[in-house]
Amino acid sequence: MKSTYEFEKSYIEKQGKELPEIRSGDTVKVHTKIKEGEKERIQIFTGTVIRNRGSGLNKTLTVRKMSYGIGVERIFPLYSPSVEKIEIAKRGKVRRSRLYYLRERRGKAARIKEKR
Amino acid sequence: MIGLMARKMGMTQIFESDSAIPVTLLKVEPGVIVDIKTQEKNSYCALQLGFGDVKENKLNKSLVGCFKKKNVPYKRMLREFKYQNIKEFKIGDVIGVDIFKVGETARVQGYSKGKGFSGTMKRHGFHGGPASHGGMMDRKPGSIGMCEYPGRVIKGKKMAGHYGNKKVTIKTSRVVFVDKENSIIGLKGGVLGGSGSWVKILKGKQQ
Repeated sequence: MKSTYEFEKSYIEKQGKELPEIRSGDTVKVHTKIKEGEKERIQIFTGTVIRNRGSGLNKTLTVRKMSYGIGVERIFPLYSPSVEKIEIAKRGKVRRSRLYYLRERRGKAARIKEKR
Repeated sequence: MIGLMARKMGMTQIFESDSAIPVTLLKVEPGVIVDIKTQEKNSYCALQLGFGDVKENKLNKSLVGCFKKKNVPYKRMLREFKYQNIKEFKIGDVIGVDIFKVGETARVQGYSKGKGFSGTMKRHGFHGGPASHGGMMDRKPGSIGMCEYPGRVIKGKKMAGHYGNKKVTIKTSRVVFVDKENSIIGLKGGVLGGSGSWVKILKGKQQ
């Protein structure tokens, strides 16, 4: 093993976490572990991926959702132990990789076409 | 203190409990004991370790003789580490990464990246002059002393000059990861020098 890239690859393999290939525009369900005092429970954050950044262990997703009329964005480090698993609910068809334009849109205008 | 030579691989991150911590990966070269310095013979105790394989034709004859006499493989570098309990070891023994344990403190020694001839702002952190409003003293050092008395520049005045490529020691570096199979060690935070440069990792704190 010579490079950090190889190290990250083996570290990810050891972790045994299998993640689907996620792209911008996809609607995902992120299962995150949340600690409340002693107890641990899983919370699901559902939203659109507006950014897919980094490589290897450093990879993160920015997921945006509307919660009671307020936009909420969360950044998830994919290989963090607090991210339990990620499911893809819908594949979106988009023409750019960073969907920041969704921040200025509400309701119908903020829809993304589904990929078929 | 016992230690080993290592080559910087680069940086990455590791997850500890829930947070990501920055880690520098180093490829540790196993050290072969070439010589043992004793109190009786050399008036100090130390282990002389050899690192990095080389061909015989790359070494000069005096070194080849040294290796042949001790019956150890040819090595590129020889480094001495002061160590009291020399009786634990004998010539020809190999010391590997497993002398470092996760959670321990290590010291890292090496040469920082060379920055060439640098100005006072980069080299000493001077503030420089105002950037706007017609200030024309952008990165100048300013006054370097008084007038006729003392009539000279005081010794040790911080000025522009060669910066970097200097021996640096990191005194407290935490070991977060040890991979014996691949001979890789992970230290928290950054380590001096560029990727691929040689550094010395010493076990424990300074005494």
